Amino acid sequence: MRFSERWLRTLVDPPLDTTGLCDALTMAGLEVEDVAAAAPPFSGVVVGRIESVEKHPGADRLRVCTVDVGDPQRLTIVCGAPNAAAGLLVACAVDGAQLPGGLAIGRTNVRGVESQGMLCSARELGLSEDADGLLELRAPLAPGRDLRQALALDDALISVKLTPNRPDCLSMAGIAREVAAITGVPAALPAIAPVRIDSDATRGVRIEDEDACPRFASRIIEDIDARAPTPAWMKERIERSGIRSISAVVDITNYVMLELGQPLHAYDARLLAGDIVVRFARDGEQLTLLNGQRLDLEPDLLLVCDSAKPLGLAGIMGGEHSGIAGDTTTVFLEGAFWNPAVIQGKMRRLGFASDAGYRFERGVDFALGPAGVERATQLIVDVCGGRAGPLSDITGPLPPRKAILLRSERATRLLGVALAPDTIADVFRRLALPFARQGDDFIVTPPSYRFDLAIEEDLIEEVARIHGYDAIPAAPGRHLQQMLPAPERLRGVAQLRRHLAALDWQEVITFSFVASGVEAALDPAAKPLTVLNPIAAQLDVMRTTLVPGLVEVLQTNLKRKLPRIRIFETGRVFLREGIAQPVRIGGLAFGPADPEQWGAAPRQVDFFDVKGDLEALAAPLFLTTRSSLRPWLHPGRSAEVMIDRKLAGWIGELHPRLVRHFDLPSAPIVFELDAGALSCLPLPHGHTASRFPAVRRDIAIIVNENIAVQDILDALDNVKPAAVESLRIFDVYRGPELPRGRKSVAILVLMRDTQRTLTDEDSDAIVALLRSTLQDRFDATLR
Amino acid sequence: MDDLDRIVDNALADFAACRDPAGLENAKAKYLGKTGTLTTRLKGLGQLPQAERAAAGAGINAAKAKLEDALAARREALAEAKLAAQLGADALDVSLPGRGRGNGGLHPLTRTLERIEALFRSLGFDVADGPEIEDDFHNFTALNTPENHPARSMHDTFYVDGGMVLRTHTSPIQIRYMETHTPPIRIIAPGRVYRVDSDATHSPMFHQVEGLWIADDVSFADLKGVFSEFLRNFFERDDVTLRFRPSFFPFTEPSAEIDMRFGDGGWLEVAGAGQVHPNVLRMMNIDPERWQGFAFGMGPDRLAMLRYGVDDLRLFYENDLRFLRQFA
Repeated sequence: MRFSERWLRTLVDPPLDTTGLCDALTMAGLEVEDVAAAAPPFSGVVVGRIESVEKHPGADRLRVCTVDVGDPQRLTIVCGAPNAAAGLLVACAVDGAQLPGGLAIGRTNVRGVESQGMLCSARELGLSEDADGLLELRAPLAPGRDLRQALALDDALISVKLTPNRPDCLSMAGIAREVAAITGVPAALPAIAPVRIDSDATRGVRIEDEDACPRFASRIIEDIDARAPTPAWMKERIERSGIRSISAVVDITNYVMLELGQPLHAYDARLLAGDIVVRFARDGEQLTLLNGQRLDLEPDLLLVCDSAKPLGLAGIMGGEHSGIAGDTTTVFLEGAFWNPAVIQGKMRRLGFASDAGYRFERGVDFALGPAGVERATQLIVDVCGGRAGPLSDITGPLPPRKAILLRSERATRLLGVALAPDTIADVFRRLALPFARQGDDFIVTPPSYRFDLAIEEDLIEEVARIHGYDAIPAAPGRHLQQMLPAPERLRGVAQLRRHLAALDWQEVITFSFVASGVEAALDPAAKPLTVLNPIAAQLDVMRTTLVPGLVEVLQTNLKRKLPRIRIFETGRVFLREGIAQPVRIGGLAFGPADPEQWGAAPRQVDFFDVKGDLEALAAPLFLTTRSSLRPWLHPGRSAEVMIDRKLAGWIGELHPRLVRHFDLPSAPIVFELDAGALSCLPLPHGHTASRFPAVRRDIAIIVNENIAVQDILDALDNVKPAAVESLRIFDVYRGPELPRGRKSVAILVLMRDTQRTLTDEDSDAIVALLRSTLQDRFDATLR
Repeated sequence: MDDLDRIVDNALADFAACRDPAGLENAKAKYLGKTGTLTTRLKGLGQLPQAERAAAGAGINAAKAKLEDALAARREALAEAKLAAQLGADALDVSLPGRGRGNGGLHPLTRTLERIEALFRSLGFDVADGPEIEDDFHNFTALNTPENHPARSMHDTFYVDGGMVLRTHTSPIQIRYMETHTPPIRIIAPGRVYRVDSDATHSPMFHQVEGLWIADDVSFADLKGVFSEFLRNFFERDDVTLRFRPSFFPFTEPSAEIDMRFGDGGWLEVAGAGQVHPNVLRMMNIDPERWQGFAFGMGPDRLAMLRYGVDDLRLFYENDLRFLRQFA
């Protein structure tokens, strides 16, 4: 809501400057978003009347004007504007004037003629973008009068960001009431008296649904001149409130809405057939609105109709063919109260907004309809002439105003500051809330314009607000009298993130919505959840893996010529199935395995570099991998990741198809793990370490190439006696001296008994058992 | 005995001239070997008259001892020299950088969120979490914002398939927590939230930290106390001032916007807050006459910008690694 400070001060004028006034509004909950000057600073500009216009002797396009600026001495001013004409009232910058942007005006010689000032366009004065000729002023303005005074330009346009609970402040009267409550300076709201009735013209009004339309005030005004100009003061006020001036009758309905908060609608009575009917739309009905939008009406839309046709959407917008035109002579004026529940949500559904609908869906003072019609009638009669008919005021069940109990003790407990009942009473008095006192408690009846006051807490907020949030002290911190649990078996995402960072991975945070095209390129079978109203076309689905974001970060940084990229993200992915939203840890490594350095030969990062990091991340949980296909990974260089034998994610080189698709210079290694799979840790249990020496034996075997080393380890693990402390692969060799399709695997076996030193016989027996297992299971040749 | 002295002198000179242990052993053999000069002399003692033998023998043995001492000394000197040479050859350019794997780092927003969590944990707040795709009930209705309520237009909501929304705030976590816990409740809930908005100060995805404290007597004054203490500790500055300004949220009453500033700088909005609305408590089967408390929702992205001097929110989501590494 934007309004003119000057207008406000005609209603309530507290002893505060503009800044003080704005601070007071903000601290009362009416947040001032912006304060703009009605005009930029300038000086030395006065009202001038052009007395005569002559051709410039030395230039075809220039003219020489004689201008009256209130001095007996006339000014001679050279001017190029096409609309310069004798008799015109203009803005004249005289010798010594300062225009916006620092332009100084003095006497100058223009092609042999002395120009003693400058006639200004609206743009040159910073009043509008209009540069087409001189700003034409409207009489009556005396020549010589300072323009800033004449046009009341020393005004501030204050924009208030109103919260949805305060529709009562969507008017000057409402703001003035609020300022009066905050400052204690009484407000002088316009007195509204019934107008003189000069006509007996009426129009029948029938309300089909009284709950939807609890009040409908109306009146006929005959014999008006719809072409009468809007008074300058009114035009100024509505324009400074951000509403365009259209015609006198429309301007007046807007003015009354801004002044009192009651939206009004004016119909050309010629275009109405029979009685006015307020009813819900019927199947198949259509309506073209003032904004040109053609609607197929749905049955929950409330209409104002005549006996033949819909005239407009009740409380939201009028129809195209019933409004006021230049030749309108009879006006039917409507000032209704529509049930907010009937209006709410409709504009959002229809995709447009109106000032009236904005107010009605939040709640308009239901007592205001007749006053709004009276006020508008008076202004129409004053400006356009005409004869007013009797006021019609049909009322149904108006919203009840239930009395609310406020307990002082409750207010004190909720706010944490002791509030004397007298202080509370004073707040209610300042807010003009009718109340009855019962000891320390209060019974408050909210006025018709306060839709936000329904429960005790609402009143407590009013007390706090007017008393001042600043007046509530900050209580010293109170600590919980019991410890927070610290579950040692749980490893949180924060711990995993820190571990990855220590392993040389940089965390990134990418958007949860990604491009459907990227999701489809990764996995044609992916069915990501669609964002129905994406912020941008390329952010139209919810990610099903972290890969799209990681690849985008890779691309961003490759563009910036970073050679080595190791990034990870922790966050949710979103799956259609049951709308599951598991937290994943995903990473991408690209480029050299190590930072370029003197001490390590350069080589590209590979599968096993990343797997090694994941093993370190998972420890003490046991991480293994097994070959498995994922459409976005190289089929021969990718694997499922198992944590303690359960599927926990995947790792692999990006598929060559995608390396091309994303235009990458080489393939990154990517991984994704389920954070939950890494989160449950065993509580360590300390055993005494064996005092006896370990025995090491190596087993070397030759097996078929397609045998996974993990399977070998698993098989040995299953048969190994308790004395085997660890089994590790320490060499894998392929070479010409081996049979085709075979590889050599060397396994280290570490044995130790907790009770005695192992004998050669003991270890020979164990190794023999392991060797025979290998022979049987894997057709292994022993070396 | 001049002869013996000469032999000793020659031997000592020979030993000193040796540059390596092999040469020294050869030199030793020349005097002390089987046919060495001194050995020969010792063998020749038997030729001497009985009376002279003892004196001559003593002289030769003294010379031999002298040579052996000299030999030992020379051996040690040569070993020392060899070690010194070895150490010289072994020396590193210790100024070369370590063989490094590089170091990663946390995202500045993670760093900020962890800092916020740590501060609130120290006050006894537990950390809660919830889904980012939410149903209408938890994101709006349970928060006293029924369908068509004008307050819904305060949030520009993203909708996804199946009538779900991307949560517009972390407040639904309050609801989910109250569904499964009974008062007293003291939690914060950090997470991603989504609104249809994008410019230098708005990202369609950003973060919020929700706070909720419900007990028998938690008041608006406690909200002011806790939040002031938090901001002073977060920024580690004493010149942080706060301003609580009346506002409106459907799920709190009274409601406040919390502004802060450093010294006499401009006010910056950092959180929305208020006393939890009785309708919200009732919806969760909590008796508002028995229990009361506050909730807040703050913007950690904004706090991170202020803390680390970042002037454009979009930098956090652009993920230029050169930018992110400054926070490692």
